[in-house]
Amino acid sequence: MRIPLSWLREYAAVPADATAEDVMAELVKVGLEEEAVHRPTDELSGPIVVGQVLSKIAEPQTNGKTINWCQVRVVPEGAKQTLTGEGIDPSGVQGIVCGAHNFEEGDKVVVTLPGAVLPGDFRISPRKTYGHVSAGMIASVKELGIGEDHDGILVLSTLGLDPEVGADAMDLLGLYDEAAEINVTPDRGYCFSIRGVAREYAHATGTAFTDPADAVVVPTAAGEGYPVRLADEAPIYGEAGCDRFVARTVRGVDPTRPTPPWLSARLRLAGIRSISLVVDISNYVMLELGQPLHFYDRDKLSGEIVVRRAAEGETLRTLDDRERALDVGDLLITDASGPIGIAGVMGGASTEVSDSTVDIVIESAHFDPVSIGRSRRRHKLPSEASRRFERNVDWQIADVAAQRAVDLLLELAGGTADDAVTNVGQAPEPRVIELAADFPARLIGREFTEDQITGTLTDLGAVVEPVDGGWRVTAPSWRPDLETREDLTEEIIRLVGYSTIPSTLPVAPPGRGLTRVQQQRRRLLNALAAAGLTEVLSYPFVSEQANALFGTSEEGAAAPAVRLANPLSAERAFLRRSILPGLIEAAKRNHSRGFRDLALFESGSVFLPGEQMGTKTIPPLGIKPDDDVLDALYAGIPHQPQVIAGLFTGLEVPPSAGVEARAWDWADAVDVVQLMGSVTGVDVVVRQGAHQAFHPGRTAEFALRSGEVLGHAGELHPKVSAAHDLPARTVAFEIDVDRLFDAAADIIVARSLSTYPTATQDVALVVDSAVVARDVLETLREGAGELLEDVSLFDVYTGPGIPDGSTSLAFALRFRAPDRTLTAEEASAARDAAVALAGERFGAVQR
Amino acid sequence: MTETPENPGHTVPEATVPDPLDPGSVAAAVDAALAAIAAAADLDGLKAVRIAHTGEKSPLSLANRGIGALPKEQKSAAGKNIGPARGRINQALTARTAELEAERDARILVEEAVDVTAAPRRRRHGARHPLSTLQERVSDVFVSMGWEIAEGPELESEWLNFDALNFKPDHPAREMQDTFFVEPLDAHLVLRTHTSPVQIRSMLERELPIYVLCPGKVFRTDELDATHTPVFHQFEGLAIDKGLTMADLVGTLEYFAQQLFGDEAKVRLRPNFFPFTEPSAELDIWHPGAKGGARWIEWGGCGMVNPNVLRATGIDPEVYSGFAFGMGIERALMFRNDVVDMHDMIEGDVRFSDHFGMEI
Repeated sequence: MRIPLSWLREYAAVPADATAEDVMAELVKVGLEEEAVHRPTDELSGPIVVGQVLSKIAEPQTNGKTINWCQVRVVPEGAKQTLTGEGIDPSGVQGIVCGAHNFEEGDKVVVTLPGAVLPGDFRISPRKTYGHVSAGMIASVKELGIGEDHDGILVLSTLGLDPEVGADAMDLLGLYDEAAEINVTPDRGYCFSIRGVAREYAHATGTAFTDPADAVVVPTAAGEGYPVRLADEAPIYGEAGCDRFVARTVRGVDPTRPTPPWLSARLRLAGIRSISLVVDISNYVMLELGQPLHFYDRDKLSGEIVVRRAAEGETLRTLDDRERALDVGDLLITDASGPIGIAGVMGGASTEVSDSTVDIVIESAHFDPVSIGRSRRRHKLPSEASRRFERNVDWQIADVAAQRAVDLLLELAGGTADDAVTNVGQAPEPRVIELAADFPARLIGREFTEDQITGTLTDLGAVVEPVDGGWRVTAPSWRPDLETREDLTEEIIRLVGYSTIPSTLPVAPPGRGLTRVQQQRRRLLNALAAAGLTEVLSYPFVSEQANALFGTSEEGAAAPAVRLANPLSAERAFLRRSILPGLIEAAKRNHSRGFRDLALFESGSVFLPGEQMGTKTIPPLGIKPDDDVLDALYAGIPHQPQVIAGLFTGLEVPPSAGVEARAWDWADAVDVVQLMGSVTGVDVVVRQGAHQAFHPGRTAEFALRSGEVLGHAGELHPKVSAAHDLPARTVAFEIDVDRLFDAAADIIVARSLSTYPTATQDVALVVDSAVVARDVLETLREGAGELLEDVSLFDVYTGPGIPDGSTSLAFALRFRAPDRTLTAEEASAARDAAVALAGERFGAVQR
Repeated sequence: MTETPENPGHTVPEATVPDPLDPGSVAAAVDAALAAIAAAADLDGLKAVRIAHTGEKSPLSLANRGIGALPKEQKSAAGKNIGPARGRINQALTARTAELEAERDARILVEEAVDVTAAPRRRRHGARHPLSTLQERVSDVFVSMGWEIAEGPELESEWLNFDALNFKPDHPAREMQDTFFVEPLDAHLVLRTHTSPVQIRSMLERELPIYVLCPGKVFRTDELDATHTPVFHQFEGLAIDKGLTMADLVGTLEYFAQQLFGDEAKVRLRPNFFPFTEPSAELDIWHPGAKGGARWIEWGGCGMVNPNVLRATGIDPEVYSGFAFGMGIERALMFRNDVVDMHDMIEGDVRFSDHFGMEI
């Protein structure tokens, strides 16, 4: 909401020298947010004066144009030019070349004299053109920044003006005024008016407020005016769509009269374009009092106005000249011809006022905010009117606003008003709130005097009656947001000042600290960073293809994903099932910036919808739902496990003197997952895996001992790397860490450490190449029995000496007994048992 | 008399064998030996000196061997001449050896000196994302106060994100949140627009009193630019207890601000509107270390929990009251750590995270 200061001053005691910034600073104190300052003089400065065209000589030019060489008087006849400076003619008559033709000798116009500056840093100075020295400019409204019309210059008589020559045109056109723009929260609909903001200004400064409504004299109605019937058969939440409709008739108006500059200047500062006198008056009243109005051309109305819901299949051509299909939920203004407006949102074209309108019917109604909001959303028609109706308009102001419009029409457009007034509807029950005397202190944590409570509420416009132990407060009609004792308490502390709230530190009962999972997550993320990976964050929005490829291991398998109804980009309309697409993008971005050696990781949610997607209905607010309703809500929320994924490209470390650069490979991805197992103390089993996004021969699958799969690691499929412009042999991993954390033991039981000497035995086993090392290792462990302390793979060999299709795997077995020094025979016997089992299971032969 | 070799190299000139009975000639041999030892420049030179003066063919060894041929009564005198003389030489050798070894060791250390500034990088240095570490740091402040950290899903039921928080179904406030909706619309699922649904879950599930902090990712339909991002991080606090007041809210925020921004930090509340709190306030903090000088910075919203929110979770507003607050982590990172462009936080440029290491 933009507040022209000249307007605010009519109703609030704003000091004469206060700027828009000063006004905003006051309003901020009472909870309005500052937005911007609008000040024409920031872009515009004089001398800009009223001039009179003494002579106008048309001079055709060789370029086909005709210019006018004009002599323009810029000081009153007989007076002396008091301005000085380059290009200011001491005679008081300026020679000006003008390209426009829409004026005559004798016309009064706006002259921007040398030295003036126009919007866009357009500096006026004498210049040689078309064989003359043009000392100034005859301005158009566009050049002055007060309109769009650039077809011709501004002839002041068209605004109904006949000012004295030499007068300050900036003053005449209201260009010294300025506006403060504030942001209005949705609960404060009344601040979408000068009336409401003036009241808040008075609260903020403790100065007087003059209610503009008081200045309007609403005559006693002499009979019923234009017939109106309220007939909402389908109220929303039990609220009638329209509960008040005031109609006034003004006859014999001249809608072609110009809007006076003081009025159009205020509208312009308020951010509303001047359209025509009649429309401007309607907007002016809305800005001043907060009541949106609608004007009908009475001759185009037929029969009784009925306010009702739309019928199936009805349509309406709205003022913007669009044919709109109406919804049965739309509240309509209708007459015998059918719909003539979507109530509170936009009027119809068929009854629109025009230059030929003679008689006007003014609608000043009160509509249900919910109904208006729905129609506005449905038809995507946000307007100044709907914005106000949605935030609730003062029910009591309707007849005042209608009268204000009548007064302005009579004053500016002529005509006479009918004495008869239509005023149908039912006033809502006033809201009465019980406020216990000690409640504000209990909620805020400081004491209040009785005057601070009752005085503040009275200032707001509430009626406060003392009752036993407190007050009964009747909220003012323009404050529908005041419903509870908490609302009243906020008003009290808002006006007394939030800065007066003391500071006390409440002591929470002893907490349990971070949960085990929260601690595990931190340790894991820190371990990955310590291991050389860089944590990044990416958006969870991905394409359907990305989910199909990375979000399920099997090609073509179902990968149900959550689709956004209103994605920022149609290409990324889905929520991720995998973090890898985000990491791939981060890798590509780093590549494009010259960083090719990367180890990235991200921790976050993935979204794996199941059978049930949400719930068809949701419980009402303000009541705790039953347990089964809550259970259904929870059950409808898709599974969102926490995963950690990583991606490696290029070299582990950059090449440098004495260090051989090593490229990341599949084993790094596998190793990092093993590290995650070590950090969490979970026995992670690795086995050959398969995932469509990974190299079919270089993919590890990780599982818990229980068999539950944790995720994959390995080299990305060459096609995937290529398709995503990644270097060949990019490697990656992705692990469900919820499962990992779940598997972590609460208590890790220590092992006893034998201090007897070890006996080490190495064996090289030749096995079929299809046999994987881990299986052989596990078998050796099993076969060696309890004396085996550790077994590790230290060499893998294929080549001369080994049959084709076979691999030699060399293992180191470390034996140790808890209670004695092992003999060589004991160790050899255990080794032989291990080898024998491997022979039995895999046909392994010792080399 | 033998002369001290001018060049104490590896060869020592033949010396005359002293007469074991002539202390003068023995002393001369000793002098010659000591001179040679002192002159040995390195361990190799000393080795040659050792052979020349104590070896089997050295003058004193030969003289010693000559004692056997002497008459019996002379043997004792000769031994008293030769024995201590050899002892002195051995002592001198030992001392000189230690000296030269120390010199050698010191020289080796000098020779082994490297340019430590040219050390190659063998290990990759990883990093945490500063938004994660800042979130952890914020959480730690509250954990130290006895609060607990609560978490919840990012894709939420509309009821938990809006209705339970007293957003009326058709109220304009519901549109202020710029919500991502999910298909089908009648599934009533949204990407949470704040972490407040976690507050609701806490109130539904936890024992009273409740003191929880709810950090996490939230979503609004803003296009990414220097100061906006559709995905960002928040932390919201919630306290529900008997007799909590707005002064308790101020005190909690003040304590927190001082932990994160230093003892000079202050907070300021300005009236605002949120459906879920009444009274509601905008929160500014006085940031003593702000770039360009200490100043007030708009950081978030807060207020006293609206009784309708308590009712929605089965808490009796006649018995309990509470306060809540919510702030943005990205914003904090911007004004606390002087990050000027939101793009840096989300684009995954390794330079951004790497600069912070594991600190914030």
